[in-house]
Amino acid sequence: MDKNYLETIRNSKPAQFGILIFIFLILYFLIPQSENNYLWRLPSVLKGIPLAINNVIFNALYEWFPLKVWDPVFEMYEEKAAFREFTKAVSQGLLFLITVVRELLLGGDKIIDVFVSDSWLKENDWLSWPALPWTATTVGAFLLGYQLNGIRLGLLGGIGALYISVFGNYVPSIQTLSFVLITTPICFVLGLSFGIWGYLDKKVETALQPVLNVMQTMPQFAYLVPIIALFGLGDHAGSIATIIIATPPMIRNTILGLKRISPEVVEAGLMSGCTKPQLLFKVLIPAARRDILNGVNTVIMQCLAMVVIASFVGAKGLGLNLKIALNSLKIGKAAEAGLCIVIIAVILDRFTKAWADKQKDYFENLTFFQRYKLLIIFAISVVIFSIIAFISGGYFDKINYLYVIPIEKGLTIAHYIDGAVDWVWETFFYSLNSFNKFLLTQVLGPMKHAYLGMPVIATFTLAMGAAYIVGNARTALIVGGMLLFIALSEYWDRALITMYMGSFAVIMASLNGIILGSIFGRTERGGRILLSFCDFFETFPSFVYLIPVIFLFNITDTSVLIAAIVYATVPATRYTVWGLKSVPLSLHEAGTMSGVSAFQRWTNIEIPIAFPTVMLGVNQTVVFSLQMVILGALIGTEDLGQIIFGALSRTKDGAGVALTLGIFVSLIAICVDVIVRNWAEERKKALGLA
Amino acid sequence: MSPTISCDSVYKIFGANANKLLADSNGSVDAKQFQEAGCIVGVNNASFDVEKGEMLVVMGLSGSGKSTLLRCISRLTDATAGKILVDGEDICLMNNKQLVELRREKMGMVFQNFALLPHKTVIENIAFPLQVKGVSTENSMYKALEMVELVGLKGRENYFPRELSGGQQQRVGIARSLAVEPDIWFLDEPFSALDPLIRKEMQDEFLRLQGVLNKTIMFVTHDFDEALRLADRIAIMKDGIIEQLDTPGNIVLNPATDYVKKFTEDVPREKVLKIESIMDPKDTNASDNLKVSKDDIIESVAEKILNSKEIIKVIDPKDSSEVGSINPSKVIKVLFGG
Ligand SMILES: Nc1ncnc2c1ncn2[C@@H]1O[C@H](COP(=O)(O)OP(=O)(O)OP(=O)(O)O)[C@@H](O)[C@H]1O
Ligand SMILES: [Mg+2]
Repeated sequence: MDKNYLETIRNSKPAQFGILIFIFLILYFLIPQSENNYLWRLPSVLKGIPLAINNVIFNALYEWFPLKVWDPVFEMYEEKAAFREFTKAVSQGLLFLITVVRELLLGGDKIIDVFVSDSWLKENDWLSWPALPWTATTVGAFLLGYQLNGIRLGLLGGIGALYISVFGNYVPSIQTLSFVLITTPICFVLGLSFGIWGYLDKKVETALQPVLNVMQTMPQFAYLVPIIALFGLGDHAGSIATIIIATPPMIRNTILGLKRISPEVVEAGLMSGCTKPQLLFKVLIPAARRDILNGVNTVIMQCLAMVVIASFVGAKGLGLNLKIALNSLKIGKAAEAGLCIVIIAVILDRFTKAWADKQKDYFENLTFFQRYKLLIIFAISVVIFSIIAFISGGYFDKINYLYVIPIEKGLTIAHYIDGAVDWVWETFFYSLNSFNKFLLTQVLGPMKHAYLGMPVIATFTLAMGAAYIVGNARTALIVGGMLLFIALSEYWDRALITMYMGSFAVIMASLNGIILGSIFGRTERGGRILLSFCDFFETFPSFVYLIPVIFLFNITDTSVLIAAIVYATVPATRYTVWGLKSVPLSLHEAGTMSGVSAFQRWTNIEIPIAFPTVMLGVNQTVVFSLQMVILGALIGTEDLGQIIFGALSRTKDGAGVALTLGIFVSLIAICVDVIVRNWAEERKKALGLA
Repeated sequence: MSPTISCDSVYKIFGANANKLLADSNGSVDAKQFQEAGCIVGVNNASFDVEKGEMLVVMGLSGSGKSTLLRCISRLTDATAGKILVDGEDICLMNNKQLVELRREKMGMVFQNFALLPHKTVIENIAFPLQVKGVSTENSMYKALEMVELVGLKGRENYFPRELSGGQQQRVGIARSLAVEPDIWFLDEPFSALDPLIRKEMQDEFLRLQGVLNKTIMFVTHDFDEALRLADRIAIMKDGIIEQLDTPGNIVLNPATDYVKKFTEDVPREKVLKIESIMDPKDTNASDNLKVSKDDIIESVAEKILNSKEIIKVIDPKDSSEVGSINPSKVIKVLFGG
């Protein structure tokens, strides 16, 4: 070949991509589909992995480190595995804590039961902790909001609580809240500790990074079966699943916050004569306060996003109600439960953000009553409302509405929603259905078919080639290695389906996000409004997106994909706005002076400069899309998610299957992440932004 | 009496195998060579003393190792080799506890970018060194309030750093470093983040404070004018090496190396030189109308001398005894060359 020609290719990425796609297509059409052709599909030599993982778990549970434990009932020593005793202790401890909070708010006698004998409790009917009346809770929510950020936040809290109570969702909401109240502090302490450790010790941070990457990209479902195996079913299991999901962002936020502290501030602390603990508690943690509290906010949001999934392992509350409603296709009911979760999420989100921004006034000179005014008002209202509720108990027969309005008796608009859905169905059935059919048969079907018809060698060439072009040989090897792991299992076809759904969602969501962001993000005001929309949509737990689409498109790939696209559009939009904001004013002016049209400005100035930032958004989009695609298993799909979900009912190797496939999904996400991140870095360097 | 700070062949080399490289080099470190080996030379064989009550100004281009030198002496970083004595004690041998003690009792530092604790108010920032020392809240607040007054921030005690201008923030930094009444005061480019007007004001403030407090000071700056206004002696650094350490006058008149010469070339001499350096022996013709001190900087008395048009007596400010005389023509020579 001509030397000049080679040189051009070496310097032109588009040319390299062109050649890569050409090779890919040749491989795609040349490799015959046959079971024995290793270029078509690799042999599933790693078939045994799920079972092996499972065996490890069960060995750990029943055989490792046997301890002699005194059994008081049989009055003899018994051999018990240490690990099992440990998981038992953790389960009981968590369950106890959750029950305490729950009973404090809802009343009951389970906690008292712990301290007195059963028979005595049965004889004394009066012995029961009184429930907190919903009226008092509503006042409490108002006062807390008022204290944090004035009357508007107070009204948000109060009206939210009022709605929840009057619509009969008080009990499940409090159950969910107690779950959040116990889980959040645990995540906080764990996240803060690991974060500090990672900050202090570079080695720990390096070791944490890949673990956090996997944990944050694993589908939440994947943890459920192993958790059931280890901890059993119940609220505590839900709490543990949530802790696993919600702690990584807390760790990241802590490390980020600590790293952001200027080294001079640390040195100032040292020069002030701080000892090591003083430096940590008086300088580092307070100086990183904002980021750490943002971490707490993320944890709370994750807790709420997990409630439905946690209900699969036995967590009670709104999540369970929503799951049941979804299973029986009761749209109205599901929407109401979903709305309650969103309300709680919004309230907690605004409350914690207000708390994070609140600066303490050290020098206000207040008397005891001034300082604790609101707390005193709350205490008084609790007493008054309790007395009223108690006294008026005689007026109601059976149900005392002044304590709790039960779900069957609460107001409801479920039938209106159902009616509206029916109406939409009847009116638009034809168009919805034909759109759905069109999409399934003309777009999704062929796309899925194309993915499944891809020889394994072609997939590897494409992925590793792309990684090589944007990165180097090492990047290519990392990507190849991770894919190889999946290809050697028996789930490659399922993984291809996951990839098809994921890539469709990612492409559509990215397009949406970039277009939305470009249209509105070009003015300061538009950008701000769009970002606050993003904030708003981000407070919705992921499964909430599934509710409306199921009703419109039934249980099909379309529903899941539309939910995924909507859900994943949020980060794509957000990063596009950020990226456009980063275009320097001088460039805009230079563009104006050279007389570019709006469109030219967009294609020639804004998009290239914003590109690296936009790519980071696309990265997020991948994670969001995959999460939703896997979550789609809830309503029925046929990708990896479905098997992970199905593992819930596999007794023999469920835990192993769920974990293995969870890691597969995570690997897919990480592969894309590696490629996209390298690409963004390279563009950044090329633009001189790095 | 032993000097307050004493450095003896101090090296600071960044990089993985700094120790080994240094041991192999037998003390003669070449920055380029080390860089090829993957090490960066921060401080290269620094030896000097700072006497009690003296102000040593450290100068040099960006990256010349000024901050690193200060960090070694305050042991914010460990010197790779060498001996650093503070009041006769080797700080490199101190354990953590002694170090905390030393910083609590003897040292104060002001940072280039203020380095205030963002979560604390002005008064809390200033009281912070006292509080970590275990002083009661009441006493530390009382003391801090005194410091607030000293640096002229009264009425702003309850502001947060982000609510203050740069100059005000740096006053807080200065007050904080003074709260424990340290003997040794390190200032790392304390005024370089400020605009020229405020910088001038802060320098005056600083000189006023130093007049009152009389501490042993190491002061890092980029700005030769600033150095001239403040310094008893100046150290000029290049690539970690102290090229010359001397009085401002000597540095300008007798630069030790070409680098120092270039560095001081543009400095107007009248701003540096004292009358002493150009005076003649006692002269009986000298007029009695006007006397100047031998320590006066030429620039500050030039106008007086030129206006008088006669030979003027030069005296020693300590005992007002006559030590020489000065002819206006000499001053003209310094001012206008030739
Ligand atoms: N922690 C570190 N690790 C590696 N190299 C460092 C480190 N700190 C400083 N250096 C290097 O040591 C040299 C001296 O840095 P130093 O900060 O002392 O310079 P400086 O004279 O204070 O400069 P400036 O005027 O910009 O503050 C520089 O080349 C710098 O890159
Ligand atoms: Mg410096």
